[in-house]
Amino acid sequence: MKQDPADTSTGKNRRTFFTQAAAGLGLLALAPGVRLIDMAVGGNDGKNDERAVTGAVRWGMFVDTTKCARGCTDCVDACNMEHGLHGFDRPQTDAQWIRKLELRDDQTGRSTSLPMLCQHCENPPCVDVCPTGASFVREDGIVLVDKHICIGCRYCMLACPYKARSFVHEDLTEQRPHSPRGKGTVESCTFCVHRVDKDRTPACVEACTEAGHGALVFGDLNDDGSAVSAKLRALPSTQVRQDLGLNTGVRYYGI
Amino acid sequence: MRQRFTTLQIGWKGYWFTLAILGLVALTGLLAARYMEHNGHWVTGMSNQIVWGMPHVFAILLIIAASGALNVASMGSVFGIARYKPLARLSGLQAVAFLIGGLLVLVLDLGRPDRLIVAMTTYNFKSIFAWNIFLYTGFVFIAMVYLWILFEPRMGKFSRQVGLFAFLWRFILTTGTGSIFGFLVARDAYDAAIMAPLFVAMSLAVGTAMFLLVTAAIFRLNGEHLEGEWIKRLRTLNGIFVATVMYFVVVQYVANQYVTQHHGIVRFILSEGGAISAIFWIGQMLIGGVLPLIVFFGSRFQGLRWTLIGAALVVAGTISQLYVIIIGGQAFPLDLFPGKQESSGFFDGVVATYSASPQELLLGTGGIAASLLIIVVAVRVLPFVPAVQDRPD
Repeated sequence: MKQDPADTSTGKNRRTFFTQAAAGLGLLALAPGVRLIDMAVGGNDGKNDERAVTGAVRWGMFVDTTKCARGCTDCVDACNMEHGLHGFDRPQTDAQWIRKLELRDDQTGRSTSLPMLCQHCENPPCVDVCPTGASFVREDGIVLVDKHICIGCRYCMLACPYKARSFVHEDLTEQRPHSPRGKGTVESCTFCVHRVDKDRTPACVEACTEAGHGALVFGDLNDDGSAVSAKLRALPSTQVRQDLGLNTGVRYYGI
Repeated sequence: MRQRFTTLQIGWKGYWFTLAILGLVALTGLLAARYMEHNGHWVTGMSNQIVWGMPHVFAILLIIAASGALNVASMGSVFGIARYKPLARLSGLQAVAFLIGGLLVLVLDLGRPDRLIVAMTTYNFKSIFAWNIFLYTGFVFIAMVYLWILFEPRMGKFSRQVGLFAFLWRFILTTGTGSIFGFLVARDAYDAAIMAPLFVAMSLAVGTAMFLLVTAAIFRLNGEHLEGEWIKRLRTLNGIFVATVMYFVVVQYVANQYVTQHHGIVRFILSEGGAISAIFWIGQMLIGGVLPLIVFFGSRFQGLRWTLIGAALVVAGTISQLYVIIIGGQAFPLDLFPGKQESSGFFDGVVATYSASPQELLLGTGGIAASLLIIVVAVRVLPFVPAVQDRPD
């Protein structure tokens, strides 16, 4: 059958329309992906927190207990605010990522006040015992819990020598988007990883510094030029339960 | 003469009544777990100080009992003691049933039991807990194969090999369960290699005791009695296992008492722990140790009834012992700074308190009921029970 020239032209138009529509849809479909790539390789929010974490850095903290005031809870309050850790008036089950410990020497009676938090060990017992690998150490030394694969067995809480972990015992509200938590999972200090990845210091350190105490210094233990390395060089420091050989990322002076 | 086996011979009414009672207790356990998961664990007695509570006492009781219950089958297949062979099927069945019951309790107490699939697919092989997932599921599988071999006459020639494999596997399993505590470096109450053999001994003692109780009940439902010869052998065996547990406990505490660093935990468990010390002396040592030894070895206490009383005492004693190990071990505070008094708003330096909530107990008893439910259904449908007297065919 012979084709009408008008029909041919309609067919061409239709083909063009479909080609252009497909290209447009393709672009639409690709755009979010391109946007993601853009965010991953540099973003436009000033700081790139998608950089690969490397072992070239080891984050750590220096605690000068001689500057830590008895009764002061600035670091604890800042942590609670930063991570939305409001209690339920149930001290036995309320989460504490950092707490103030008061010590009194049996023999001499000397008192010391210090903050106790996850010590971000190089060889953490919590990571060893975790059946699913939810507890893990980042390349840069920060010990974290992957809330997606934590089954809530609490074995890590038994294993932690520092009593640094809490279990989420109830439903949570008003969570901080940068610090997601989950009922039925275990959690602990993250060294404010969301801040550290943006080259900021943890909330507790910031609060202690802003209040003028200066008892906490945070930084890269592998960098000789960092403030924390300078402190550790200048003053004799110790690890809590050094006998366990865990190589903690938090070091104390004055205990 | 070839040993004959029979099914549970009670009438339908009695059978359904038994199922209904066990089902109700198991269902209550399930509802208790649902309540705890829905509200979160704050409604239980567990806390950030006592992170493992009564559910773990029951779960570990059932898991070690499973391993010990298989011992009777091992005595027949591995050690070639013919007298035990007729009981091998019941032994294998109870091993499987107790383990499933224990795992149910353990899983239902997780913060996220819905993530069981994660626990089954994502492993950290440095964790003794991850090994145990393999040891437990492997145990159920091996015990099932073992049962199949016991049931299938053509497979009889493999019973010794499979029995030996099952025997070794359960040895490793209880070693793994004990090591859950043995590998906790920071806790004075744990962190000791002796936890592994101690748990092996506990499993043999409580497993034999629970086997005696359940088997006697099955025979009773069938209108028969456990034969005198079986009773005589099993009570002696149970007595030896109880004595072995006591030996390991003595070694554990003497060794700890030698180490100055551990004086605190020894004092706490033995004298200053209040309820924990009372449970240690009355529950673990008297009810679970001295009294069963008197019953099992005393010439005045022969016979089925006394044997079952002895077995019940062993079960009560093992529950006490697990409570002392699990709750007592956690209640004693961590010593972060030896030589210093510690205090904080997070219960540092103080003995943690714990009282089990009703839901925890119901979950535990639900696990036991689930095990018994499996046993009752199985013995009803398959010939597990050795026929004591020949009936006319």
